[in-house]
Amino acid sequence: AMEDVCAKFVSQKISKTRWRPLPADALQPPDLFATGSWDNEDNRISIWSVGDLGNVGLSGEYQGEPQLLCDIRHNGDVMDMQFLDQERIVVASSTGTVTVFRHHQNNQTLSANQRWEKAHYHVDQDTSCGGAACTGVICNNPEIVTVGEDGRINLFRADQKDAVRTIDNADSSTLHAVTFLRTTEILTVNSIGQLKIWDLRQQRNEPSQIFSLTGDRVPLHCVDRHPNQQHIVATGGQDGMLSIWDIRQGTMPVSLLNAHEAEMWEVHFHPSNPDHLFTCSEDGSLWHWDTSTDISEKPSFLHQGGRSTTYFSHNTINQSVVSAWLSNDPTKDRMEITNLIPNQTLSVNSLDILGPCLVYGTDAEAIYVNRQLFA
Amino acid sequence: VVPGADPSARQLCFAWGPAEVLVCETLFGQRGGSPSRGEGGPGRALLLGALTGCVAGTGEGGPSSSRLFVVRKDQDIYIQTLRKLFNESHGIFIGLQRSEEELAGKSRKAQLVQVSKNYRSVIRACMEDMHQAAISTRDPALHSQYSTQVSILSAMELIWNLCEILFVEAAAAGPLLLRLLDWVRLHVCDVDNMVREVLSSENPSKHKLFWNVVDVFVLQGRMDEARHLLSKEASANPTSVNMYKILDDLMKKMPVPSLGNTQTLTEMELKWQHWHEECQRYLQDGTFASNSHMESICKILLGDEDAILEKKELMTTWYHFLVTRLLYSHPTVKPMELRMDLFLGGESSPEPLDTILMAAFEFEMHQVIKECSIALSNWWFVAHLTDLLDHCKLLQSHNLYFGSNMREFLLLEYASGLFSHHSLWQLGVDYFDHCPEYGRVYLELHIERIPLNTEQKALKVLRICEQRQMHEQVRSICKIMAMKALRNNRLGSALSWSIRAKDAAFATLISDRFLKDYCERGCFSDLDLIDNLGPSMLLSDRLTFLGKYREFHRLYGEKRFSEAGKLLLMLMTAHIAPCSFWMTLLTDALPLLEQKEVIFSAEQTYELMRCLEDLTAGKSDKQKFQVAPDDVETMKVEMLRLALARNLARVIVKEGTLEGS
Repeated sequence: AMEDVCAKFVSQKISKTRWRPLPADALQPPDLFATGSWDNEDNRISIWSVGDLGNVGLSGEYQGEPQLLCDIRHNGDVMDMQFLDQERIVVASSTGTVTVFRHHQNNQTLSANQRWEKAHYHVDQDTSCGGAACTGVICNNPEIVTVGEDGRINLFRADQKDAVRTIDNADSSTLHAVTFLRTTEILTVNSIGQLKIWDLRQQRNEPSQIFSLTGDRVPLHCVDRHPNQQHIVATGGQDGMLSIWDIRQGTMPVSLLNAHEAEMWEVHFHPSNPDHLFTCSEDGSLWHWDTSTDISEKPSFLHQGGRSTTYFSHNTINQSVVSAWLSNDPTKDRMEITNLIPNQTLSVNSLDILGPCLVYGTDAEAIYVNRQLFA
Repeated sequence: VVPGADPSARQLCFAWGPAEVLVCETLFGQRGGSPSRGEGGPGRALLLGALTGCVAGTGEGGPSSSRLFVVRKDQDIYIQTLRKLFNESHGIFIGLQRSEEELAGKSRKAQLVQVSKNYRSVIRACMEDMHQAAISTRDPALHSQYSTQVSILSAMELIWNLCEILFVEAAAAGPLLLRLLDWVRLHVCDVDNMVREVLSSENPSKHKLFWNVVDVFVLQGRMDEARHLLSKEASANPTSVNMYKILDDLMKKMPVPSLGNTQTLTEMELKWQHWHEECQRYLQDGTFASNSHMESICKILLGDEDAILEKKELMTTWYHFLVTRLLYSHPTVKPMELRMDLFLGGESSPEPLDTILMAAFEFEMHQVIKECSIALSNWWFVAHLTDLLDHCKLLQSHNLYFGSNMREFLLLEYASGLFSHHSLWQLGVDYFDHCPEYGRVYLELHIERIPLNTEQKALKVLRICEQRQMHEQVRSICKIMAMKALRNNRLGSALSWSIRAKDAAFATLISDRFLKDYCERGCFSDLDLIDNLGPSMLLSDRLTFLGKYREFHRLYGEKRFSEAGKLLLMLMTAHIAPCSFWMTLLTDALPLLEQKEVIFSAEQTYELMRCLEDLTAGKSDKQKFQVAPDDVETMKVEMLRLALARNLARVIVKEGTLEGS
């Protein structure tokens, strides 16, 4: 399916790519995505359209190549980015500021809608305040949670000027990423290999549970929760390892899977086909982990070339069946792993999946869109 | 020449700043805005024969200070649209370095030609983008800037293509000429509009430029197209239909070198001679005498130099003339014979582009590279072309009198330019990797100068260093990050960074900060970290102590008193605890001594007493020089002695009872 990938060089290193969420009743695949850049003199938030398949652009460009709809300057590196709803994007900056941008679809412009200056900051020895990079953001409209290098957790509400809740010094090391576990609980990962659960209803400024990798304290960079089975959590570490956790039991990961050769920057369960998982890394690779195929129903040609992928649609996710992700030895017989980038060079910093569509961005200043992921 | 530089001023000085920037003091803004012109050459940049680009003066000093004028070595690095060129070609470059040298002769050559074509297609794509940008901008200054870039890129592609034909592909006699014809057709586009206009007119043969277009086709060797046009004219002139037929026949019969090996060179030469004689015959018997256009075409077919020169306007360039002349007078030209046929354009002094192309035609590869280095405002072109030629094993023998070979020298220059860019530095790493001699040193020097504004960026730089076992740089980066964290009062982060760097001294420093904080506040900060030290605790003695001391507190909190007491004593007797901390430890022992239950054995109590005496003995030595002894301290010591004595009494009784029973 490599032929279905469109690449576009965009003259800026891409740190984040996100599909615009689809309305609940939508049948079409997603058509718009946002990107953020880093390490540039002026960084940008850009909105791209992947266009309709039957629609050739005005100047006759290759159909399907992403078209820039609009962009706007962003102060600092884009560290993380999430759509709050169909129109608003929350962006975390290396300056510590959190900004909500609105995408005006009628005239294709972007504007800053709301801003929390220095939501993350250091108090240094001279007690002057310097911004600290905001490393992660997660939205559950209208709530926005951010984490940062300052070890702080902020809870904001869109359209509310001040933070609803701030946990100073929540973590003594850097918080790298955050995600919602339930509506009132969040998960954070930090730079000493810990996964923590925080209950935002409780006034205590302490995590309700701490999980950790044994021994090596390998920093964790990303976290995602299984969309249907909330106790299953995936994290990615500095050594490129994928860890699967069952937060109902134990304090250690259920399985550790050897994956990339360098930092795993993002991990995502497929939102509607959670048997599929995607990870990307500093080593320039993007992996598709597929537990949907059972060895017995797997035709033999699948192993040829090592790059082929298959997809069997599993419409029913039966809660009573033990998830493939928690089986004792997932590598042995139940998982198909495919590297989607054959000639890797520079880091793949971000990826996003929605429906049959994959978008990812790299330090080689290119964005890639694959619209037939399961073809 | 730097505008505003004043050589008469004594303090004219230059300095290489970071990011490959040459800085020199100028008189801008000092003399009422009229800068004096000087001859100050920007040092190394020019001497290297390189590409000194002048980037607008920056630095807005106060009214009294002079402004700085910034000169950059590789100005093209800063052109936004060209970033696509740098990034895409980086991928091709890496692919070429990874490609298998073992591939045998033909397939290896095919592979190298493909690489060359890939490079060219990137140049073309960039040219297209730049062209679009030029069209869509309304700013005339920008427009002319983009247009200049388009013409530079187009010249680059022209040169590259010629080098590809002559050096990379090194086509054999016969096919060589076909390749050169393609090259001319692709790059001499000035006449394309005329051709289009004539062909799209209602009646091409009546168009005033009709014969011009026929000539263009003939000059470019596009026989079928020429014949097609002529047939239209013929049908309009029934009287001279015979003449047309003869010319058409000649054009049809013209022997063409074949791409395959179907005919030998001698065969081809024989056919050619035969055809040539036939043309000669028709010319001499005056077949075309009634039509000057056709007569001149026949002369061209015969390779008549004057006849071809007459059509100079239609060829626009000397290299078109060269190829056309070769086509009609020497079609089986071998690569090495090209130089003999070199035609000098003559009239005006040659442009840099002409010099480069001529050098290429003369197979002076090094001259091509040298001229390109001087003429082009970037290192990209020469670095990549030289690397490709080197992979073709064409540059092996040539060594520079400085540094290593030319390939490496140019790659180093290009990569250094990338490193001076705030964002493109990541690409430079791979280029340094493929410079066996000095790449490593360059990388080490450059990588330490990358500004680290976020931890994420630091991690990326660290990864680069760790992959290459650059331990010195790893240490220095971690140290910088640890210092930063410490300044920001992020002790936990600071400790993590020094653990990563295995920097024992710094870990000790941070542990002391933790302990100091504890003494001041009576509780630990960052418990989540200290409780999780694991094996990294062994990095420094102080860190070990910190971890163990925290363990003591945990045991105490969990009311595991005897274990806590044992650990506490061990911290002192094994000399894990720094002496300055003993008093605190002994004070921590107080509540244990006062427990209802006896915790310390007699032996342990003796040891505690000895610790206390050692401490006070050491203290009193020092206190001789102090004016007043510390009352609080004295009271503490007294309390401890009392508690220890009482504990000893209790334990003797207890142990005695146990023995007795």
